Amino acid sequence: MTTATHRGLSPVRTVLDNGAVIVAKQSQATPAVTINAAFAAGTLFDPSHQSGLAHFVSRTIDRGTLTRSADAIAEGLDRRGVSLSVSVNRHVMSLVCTCLVEDLEGTLDIVADIVMRPAFPEDEVKTRHGEIVTLIRQDEDNPAVAATEGLLADLYGASHGYGRRPRGTLHSVEAIDRAALQRFHAARFGPAALSLVMVGDMEPARAIEAARVAFAPWRAPAPPPAQLESVSRASGRRVRVIPMMNKAQADIAYGFTSIRRSDPDYYAYWLMNNILGQYSIGGRLGDRIRERQGMAYYVFSSLDANVIPGPMTIRAGVNPGNVDRAVDSIDEELARLAADGPTDAEMVESRQYLIGSMPRTLETNVGIATFLQTEEFFGLGLDYDVRVSDLLMAVTRDEVHKAARQTLVPANATVVIAGPYAGSTV
Amino acid sequence: MEFYNGGMATLEHATAAAPRVHEEVLDNGLRVLVQEMHTAPLATVWCWYRVGSKDEMTGQTGVSHWVEHMNFKGTTNIPRDKVKGIIEQFGGYWNGYTWIDQTTYTETATRDALDRMLFIESERMASCLYDPVDCESERTVIISELQGGENDPDTLLDQELTAVAFKAHPYRHPTIGWLSDLQAMTRDDLYSYYRRFYVPNNATLVVVGDIETKEVMRGVARHFGGITPAEVPRRQRTKEPEQFGERRLTLSREGTTAYLKLGYHAPSIADPDFFPMLVLDAVLTGAKGVNLWASFRTPPPQRSARLYRALVNTGLASAVTGGLVPTAEPFLYTISLTATAGTPLPRLEEAVLVELERVRANGISTAELEKAVHQLRARLVFENDSISNIAHQLGYFETVASWRGVASLQTRIESVTADQVGAVASERLRSINRTIGWFEPLPIGSGAAMPVGEGAGAGPVSTGHRGTESMMNYPPSCFHMKSPGKHR
Repeated sequence: MTTATHRGLSPVRTVLDNGAVIVAKQSQATPAVTINAAFAAGTLFDPSHQSGLAHFVSRTIDRGTLTRSADAIAEGLDRRGVSLSVSVNRHVMSLVCTCLVEDLEGTLDIVADIVMRPAFPEDEVKTRHGEIVTLIRQDEDNPAVAATEGLLADLYGASHGYGRRPRGTLHSVEAIDRAALQRFHAARFGPAALSLVMVGDMEPARAIEAARVAFAPWRAPAPPPAQLESVSRASGRRVRVIPMMNKAQADIAYGFTSIRRSDPDYYAYWLMNNILGQYSIGGRLGDRIRERQGMAYYVFSSLDANVIPGPMTIRAGVNPGNVDRAVDSIDEELARLAADGPTDAEMVESRQYLIGSMPRTLETNVGIATFLQTEEFFGLGLDYDVRVSDLLMAVTRDEVHKAARQTLVPANATVVIAGPYAGSTV
Repeated sequence: MEFYNGGMATLEHATAAAPRVHEEVLDNGLRVLVQEMHTAPLATVWCWYRVGSKDEMTGQTGVSHWVEHMNFKGTTNIPRDKVKGIIEQFGGYWNGYTWIDQTTYTETATRDALDRMLFIESERMASCLYDPVDCESERTVIISELQGGENDPDTLLDQELTAVAFKAHPYRHPTIGWLSDLQAMTRDDLYSYYRRFYVPNNATLVVVGDIETKEVMRGVARHFGGITPAEVPRRQRTKEPEQFGERRLTLSREGTTAYLKLGYHAPSIADPDFFPMLVLDAVLTGAKGVNLWASFRTPPPQRSARLYRALVNTGLASAVTGGLVPTAEPFLYTISLTATAGTPLPRLEEAVLVELERVRANGISTAELEKAVHQLRARLVFENDSISNIAHQLGYFETVASWRGVASLQTRIESVTADQVGAVASERLRSINRTIGWFEPLPIGSGAAMPVGEGAGAGPVSTGHRGTESMMNYPPSCFHMKSPGKHR
């Protein structure tokens, strides 16, 4: 039996001479290995006139290298049953796949080739451009995306790295060509920007040696760190409606800027968010809006404490006739938590839940790999999984109350409503 | 050892087919499957009922799913206000879903929650409250769930295509139900449906994790042994008549993107054609595996699949997915396509039909067979990465055939020949066996606004639950379960 919570994950971590960070963790759940390669190459590195560039790179980087055609990559992965997904968030581009243990070296070789020597062939760039245009048009017809992206734009400004649309706009992607993709790759991809995590049923030494063979020859300058300006907290309430009259349901995105992940108050905020909009089926918000008022199938809050103060967001999908009532209920629940703080019982429950859920978080190879990447990204330390319960236990009710008071101020909320809703009596 | 000495006879024991699974059937008919897995200090419990939207009568569509929602609203011994936190205090996760053949409930938590999880499921089986106020409140939650689904044009198309492909069999109506039924059903409709189908002899209880089988069986006897069985009414279902010609439908609504969907009547899990069809789908769109709970979370390896090459790599479509799920009765094999901006649907349809005719005429190569089989085998390994996924498969298969089918999946896949794949392609992909659906977007603002709430998709619908710590992923994951095989 693996007692992950007691002994800890204890992964093996090494840094190659060229700066690449390699983390390996043995787990015997299945005869498979999850490979998670993360680069500091997220959407915030898009040039201001080419928003969507990082996303475009994520859709094309695996479509051919200097030594392998797109077809050869597709064959090499498909015949091993491997599906490589390349995703990008504001800070990080991730290449993630799971392969059978016997295929580790072969799969890693392809992944390394993709990130070190992408060719961005012209015909592939053209085809994927068409796909991206379609994705952007689908997003524009999706109230959930419109509300969420609208909220971030209003909180941070449409040109800020946290505020702009991650896939860009129809206009901005027109300006992206092969040369732009190559420039982005040259600027952001290098061994010093790589964090490679491997979790599965293999000896860590074998995985690290495979990574060394694949990545040690890589030489490229270290990319500069992100230049990100923090945004001051909003004062005053802003409400914006994005009418989408062809839809059945309205999406509400309601939020604030919060804190940095490195802020010592993070654990109080984490508990505050859990009590407000996560615990059981959506915390206090779920109790009120789903369970008692029957207004929404989904209502929840999320906290994205990040490199700079990220968004704290409340989301709900409601009938257009219930938008005003739902926003009123959100206002009231936030004001109540800010005024009175959590109850002692809520403190106990949420702490128990967050600590008790660690074994589930760390059950699968994919789950462990994601957790280890988060540890790396925020510099939490390799023993974070062991320390986290003490960090949560140390938080007092007053600290959670203070977090709620600082953040949950309806008079300073930014609200975006997208859907078949034209009124703005909120 | 009260269970073994208490006269509750063990009627069946597991065969050698799956030696690690312990099977017992209680006197009251409850089938219990236990698998010890000591890889993590966790346990998962799934309670499955052989009731789904195919069991619903006209006027009561959506009742199975609504009943599922009501079964989270308190019981005789779990007051309404004690439901919240009952598993969370063990760090646990709970959920449930309803689909065409089954309804299921699950909890996963640290192993010390085992007795609590068994208690919850026994209460759910026999003692749910159905408070009239809660029934009313949940009506609007479910209508909200339906309307959220309708915001997605592909989900709407899926629902319409299914309704056209089946003209008689109850697989034709969406699991979430039609709006007028959701507006009209009463508390008594819900409660009587619950009482009819929630009996031990219509259920399978699956327990997997860091547990001892004997301890599990003692707990099962204590919590479930006293529940009285009852005859489950025989359900006479209309057999879908043979289809004699291609069917077509077009949805014309405001939108930005065109979608194409093809549905072919497909073999049930019991049909010898099922596994050749599964291999055929892997060749056409990449292997998805057969775990409804896990498969749709990870995109299939499909870059070298035939339809991906012919339609996505040529720029006609931005996405293609195939969907074949094990079902108790013949359901649909669907191929779903998103047209790239500027691609007319007739052109996309022509291109996909050319490919399908090619595989009908020429079958598949040995190399394609080998790749598809390897992909499916790898997928079986990847799907078994958690106790929840393992337990899901045992219970799911028991609701569509037998849990023993899980143990033979790999053998069945490996025994498929290229000739068999060619034969099912030739037979099943005939034009007279298919329904073609178009979603043709009308310009935004042209006046074809959505009359809210008609139904929502052919996929399973779940109760929904959020995760734990906010990681660095963006955008946040969707709250509710989407149709299997839907990836962008």
